[in-house]
Amino acid sequence: MQQTQRLITCAALAACLGVPARATAQQQDTTRGVRIGLTYQPGTKPGVVVFPVSGAGGDSLQAIVQRDFDYGDRIEVIDGDAVQQTAKQQAAKNAIDFTVWKSLSAAAVVQISVMGSTAHVNVYDVAAKKVAASHDVQVSGSPTAENWRMSVHAMADQIEQWITGVHGIAATRILYVRGNRIYVIDSDGFGEHPVSEPGTVLAPAWSPDGRTIAFSELVRGGWNIVIRDVATGREHSVTATPGGLNITPAFSPDGQSLCYAHGEENGTDLYMVSASGSGSGRRVTVGRGTDNVSPTFSPDGARLAFTSGRAGHPEVYTSDVDGSNVALLTPFNFGDQNYRSNPDWSPDGRLIAFQSQLDGRFQIMTITLRDQTVKQLTSEGINEDPTWAPDGRHLAFTSSRTGVKEIFVLDAESGRARQLTHDAGARLAAWSHSTGAP
Amino acid sequence: MTGKTRLLPFLLLAVSAAAVACSHKPPATTPTPTGPNQDSINAENARRDSIARAEAARRDSIARAQADADKMRNGRDAATKALTQVIYFDFDSDALKDDARSTLDAKIGILNSNPGVKLRVGGNTDERGSDEYNLALGQRRAAAAKRYLTDHGIAGDRIDIISYGEERPVATGHDESSWSQNRRDEFEITAGADQIKGAP
Repeated sequence: MQQTQRLITCAALAACLGVPARATAQQQDTTRGVRIGLTYQPGTKPGVVVFPVSGAGGDSLQAIVQRDFDYGDRIEVIDGDAVQQTAKQQAAKNAIDFTVWKSLSAAAVVQISVMGSTAHVNVYDVAAKKVAASHDVQVSGSPTAENWRMSVHAMADQIEQWITGVHGIAATRILYVRGNRIYVIDSDGFGEHPVSEPGTVLAPAWSPDGRTIAFSELVRGGWNIVIRDVATGREHSVTATPGGLNITPAFSPDGQSLCYAHGEENGTDLYMVSASGSGSGRRVTVGRGTDNVSPTFSPDGARLAFTSGRAGHPEVYTSDVDGSNVALLTPFNFGDQNYRSNPDWSPDGRLIAFQSQLDGRFQIMTITLRDQTVKQLTSEGINEDPTWAPDGRHLAFTSSRTGVKEIFVLDAESGRARQLTHDAGARLAAWSHSTGAP
Repeated sequence: MTGKTRLLPFLLLAVSAAAVACSHKPPATTPTPTGPNQDSINAENARRDSIARAEAARRDSIARAQADADKMRNGRDAATKALTQVIYFDFDSDALKDDARSTLDAKIGILNSNPGVKLRVGGNTDERGSDEYNLALGQRRAAAAKRYLTDHGIAGDRIDIISYGEERPVATGHDESSWSQNRRDEFEITAGADQIKGAP
């Protein structure tokens, strides 16, 4: 009996597998190993072929550029053994056969050759059968050099601009908290390392140029805002509001000011100090005993969004940077126990990402400034603390979808998500503001 | 061979010593009975009584001191326990519940009789809610306890507050039974812990 059952199961499996297997075989009859029709949908994103890269570190350089294009979600990388074989032959003959690439629905061909610390980049327009861009780009020395990966990312971002008209976000870094330290990680998940001393640290933020970070640290008397020079590791504390609670720092887009939340015994309000952290502070919000935290600047630096409990439970509000013209941004229902918090203003100024509780579980949402249209971006697990990439399209956030807290990156346009960190307990991400190796 | 020859002189010595002890046995002496002397008996009794009395008094005083010490220690332990007794809150709330008020009332008596004692109130939240907002909520919870104490006559400079937000949970589960234990104010004695007296 058991024997027969097993046989039937095997037959059923074979039948199921048979159909797709034949379909794959048929496709491979014509273009072996080339991804067409399955994952690549012509028309939604330009298809791009990255030729094998000659010179030092060529293979890893090609792999990095391809991955950057992929993570950028604006380019469909056309790849595979047959593609690379064909590309190699054409490169050797120094003659690009556009009809082949046109048949694979490629919009562009990228050819990179490295000589020393200079990469010569040719971008070919397949439809027009000509060079669309030709530039020399500096890469940081050898593949073993510390900043080499970041300089390759910067080149990929530049190429993305030549092809799509939009600068890529590969040459960016993300700060986050894990355990008792603040870490930084490259946008592709490489190069993770701590950027704070051990302690109880929270809420990291980048300065606009990426040279400085600010975060809050628990000390004997309360919480301090610490400003740290990334390159030298030198730290100092904001002294305008000593003692009590000093948390959730955010640099203004011009890099001149720092806004943060300070609380003593009568609620927590937002304060503004110079970006160096010296001098006296100016109070921004008048919370009257409520909590006002997590400020984020509009890209023009004229307005702020923040979390406030002034209406009984936390919601997101906006105001001018001087604290005037306060307006409730997120709609709420009376008696609702769910709340909305942790806003992050998008770099294009149109949207604010925030976290909103649904049945007690936080999800990432966006709301438009113009007509307050709310869009839910996540639904799996608990998702918190969104931070925009400089392209205003990708978001990093904390997600518990794997069972532990990790940082994930989401393309708000396509809904595609990838896991950025791979060590339990990562949270409170902050995406660097500038591209080009902070 | 050498071992045996060395032992020999010792054996001989022991045998001779035993022989001496047997041969020179002293004669038994019996005390001469004397008549009872009432004065000496009285004096001896008095002496014994006085020793007994002194010892009883000493025992009593030790016991008393012990009892006092126990009482003081118990009083100090009870006072310390009452001072550091945790209070709990409802979700997203800094409102003091009735049992939290009674817990704080017990602290007020002890703080009044121990003017040298200072407290630090640490506000904590459960893991739900925003990590950042929870720091502010924890601050508000600590401030609520401080305000209650100062409203009842305790000097403000004796109560210090700090927020730990959701960073220091006592229960690590992800359900209400853990959350309710974590939404709390803890009280740390920061000065005068060694001189605490119980409430009168």
